[in-house]
Amino acid sequence: MSRAIRFAPLLVLALIVGALIWRLVTPSDSSVHSTLEGKPVPAFDLGPALDTKPALRSRDLATGKPHLVNVFASWCVPCIAEVKVLQQLKARGVSVEGIAIRDRPEDLVEFLGRNGDPYERIGSDPQSSVQISLGSSGVPESFVVDGAGVIRYQHIGPVETTDVPMILAKLEQAR
Amino acid sequence: MIAEAGLAALWLAAGLALYQFVLMILSLRGSIEVSRTMRAIAVVQGALTLIAFAALIVVFARTDLSVALVAENSHSAKPFLYKVAGAWGNHEGSMLMWVTILSVAGAFLALFSRRTSERTLIAGLGAQAALALGFYAFLLVASNPFARLNPAPLEGAGLNPLLQDPGLAFHPPTLYVGYVGLSIAFSLAVGALLTGEVDSRLARAMRPWVLGAWIFLTLGITAGSYWAYYELGWGGYWFWDPVENASLMPWLAATALLHSVGVLAARGALKAWTMMLAVIAFSMSMVGTFLVRSGILTSVHAFAIDPERGAFLLVLLAIYVGAAFALFAWRGASLKEGAPFELISRETGLVINNLLLSVVLGIVFLGTLYPLFVEALSGEKLSVGAPYFNAVAGPLALILAVLVGIGPLLAWRRERRPVLKRLRIPALIGGTALAITIIIAPEMTILPRLGLTVAAYLAAASILPLTGRNPLRAPLATWGMVVSHFGIAVALAGMGANAAFTSERLAIVKPGDTLSVGPWLVQLQQVTPMAGKNWTAMEAELLASRGHGPVTLKPQTRYFSDPPTDTNEAAIETFWNGQLYSVIGKPDQSGGWQVRLWWKPFVTLIWAGGALIAIGGALALLGRVWRRRRRRPDWRRERYA
Repeated sequence: MSRAIRFAPLLVLALIVGALIWRLVTPSDSSVHSTLEGKPVPAFDLGPALDTKPALRSRDLATGKPHLVNVFASWCVPCIAEVKVLQQLKARGVSVEGIAIRDRPEDLVEFLGRNGDPYERIGSDPQSSVQISLGSSGVPESFVVDGAGVIRYQHIGPVETTDVPMILAKLEQAR
Repeated sequence: MIAEAGLAALWLAAGLALYQFVLMILSLRGSIEVSRTMRAIAVVQGALTLIAFAALIVVFARTDLSVALVAENSHSAKPFLYKVAGAWGNHEGSMLMWVTILSVAGAFLALFSRRTSERTLIAGLGAQAALALGFYAFLLVASNPFARLNPAPLEGAGLNPLLQDPGLAFHPPTLYVGYVGLSIAFSLAVGALLTGEVDSRLARAMRPWVLGAWIFLTLGITAGSYWAYYELGWGGYWFWDPVENASLMPWLAATALLHSVGVLAARGALKAWTMMLAVIAFSMSMVGTFLVRSGILTSVHAFAIDPERGAFLLVLLAIYVGAAFALFAWRGASLKEGAPFELISRETGLVINNLLLSVVLGIVFLGTLYPLFVEALSGEKLSVGAPYFNAVAGPLALILAVLVGIGPLLAWRRERRPVLKRLRIPALIGGTALAITIIIAPEMTILPRLGLTVAAYLAAASILPLTGRNPLRAPLATWGMVVSHFGIAVALAGMGANAAFTSERLAIVKPGDTLSVGPWLVQLQQVTPMAGKNWTAMEAELLASRGHGPVTLKPQTRYFSDPPTDTNEAAIETFWNGQLYSVIGKPDQSGGWQVRLWWKPFVTLIWAGGALIAIGGALALLGRVWRRRRRRPDWRRERYA
């Protein structure tokens, strides 16, 4: 039996063990990354959710400065806590835009009156069509959109107080 | 107290294993007479691990919550059987069971091995001690099953309800006996490579161990497949999940080894290859254990994930497999091949069998680890599933099944008779089956169609070795081979029928509504709440009929409180020609219930075939042991064995 054949099993073993060591050292990243990150916001033109606030169109986002687009609803319980965090972000100079999913104006007025209102604009998405085109599967979700209208980051679930520095950093990168 | 006794027994056993290993080295270098001592140490070591394992079972049976492992994995409200089974339904306990089987197997080798040379036996026992030593270290350092909790909690955390099933009580031990039984083949191969005595004597000593481990692996895989089928409620019997593959890979290697060890025993050929396979078979067991226990691959079998334990196991694996491979590279050159054989001979048939099995093993191994390799090299994430495995391994398995019909008809060394003539009737039966499938199911896909064809052919071909002589006078080993090969045909028929003829129905129904699936009409009678010892459930009553004698199925959706988990308890009714499988899901707002029904014609043949394969193995093992007693060491009698 030739030398090469006799040593081949050892070589194969070394390769396999190497791959297994690599996996043990770098645990698998199971977080979900949006496939829309790095792509422009899909074009949309939502009507106003409230008479007192401007509506939201996709071109309102390509204004040369970054935006945080928040997909929310007055009927969504985690959104109540999230709105307060969004106000902190607003206080630090972030422009927060809202997309209200399957909502009614009277409910929205009550929700914002009770919990605070961080939004510059709110578009109404009564059939979740824009939500679906954004690849968002639930409320709340948030998108960091840069000045050219390109999605830089998708945040699934409520933005919490502990996420504020991370979101601010993402917005800074998108500048 | 009992826990401490168990721990002490483990430490003692570890000390003895170290002593056993040192004695082996001394004995191989010098000429001290150690064989009696070695045998005695191996037996005591096995007894000590049994004591430790018994201690763990006792603390679980008593629900001694001051033992951390019990508190984390048991609950006083559990039924008694599951309290006992809970001892191995967790990481530490299952590793203790692994070590217990390893050293008990070593003890059996020391007690019963009469066939190998004394030197090879000593080297083999030393190798077995070295294996045990690493796993003792793993238990005592990284996974102590007897660690205490102070203060003890008032109640335990419970056991994963999916595992609260009679299957759990028997499935892991069966599989582990198979996994770890292969360690004897590994140790004997290492021992023989060390002493240079790779010969037919060694092969005859190794064969019963391989056969025994293989029987248990076959049973374990068959039972595991049935467990997943009825417990997970998906209606499938094999998911190509990494943990399932982890049990399939040692089985494939052991199957190949079983056949090549026969060549070595009868003809003294395939020495290097057989030694390599013996090493690989147990290595696959260790790889499987590593994959399962490190949680390195995503799997439906959500075992605890712990990178440190994974690292420990990986080090053990690298040392043992690396050492064995290095020994092979070092000593392999000195192995002289045995008697030559011609192209058309039993030997060639078994070489092809080995090649095909090895390729299938490689395919399964590659598919299981491919996502890992790709991510390591390119960072891209992907998963490999049933479409790959079925498409690649399926055709190879069919080719193998065709050859299974031919191989046993060939003579050792050279075959001069027209063997293919004897296959006329099986070929005719296969052809008839093919014609029938084309007539009754023209739209069937190619793989199930070929599966049914080959199954029909093999069912006939597999019994040919018993024809042309008085079957009652055929050796038991021949009967074993015939039963196993017939079992392959039966399992293949079940898989083909299941793939081709299953009908499925998923609907939301209200009490009183009727669904049809296959030949059945199934009516939802009512849904009622139920309660068990540690669960509550909603139970549906389904009345199924196909023209006569209706049967009732009662699937449940169960809610366990400790820990809080939902499970589906499928209700399955077995008939001679198939199974009716029913699952009830969640209610909707309007009072309807999700009901899922399958009619699976002849699906039970899959597990019946698996059982036949194992029974054949048991017959062969009985025959070998019995024949050894009668001392008829003539390879010519192994014509059909």
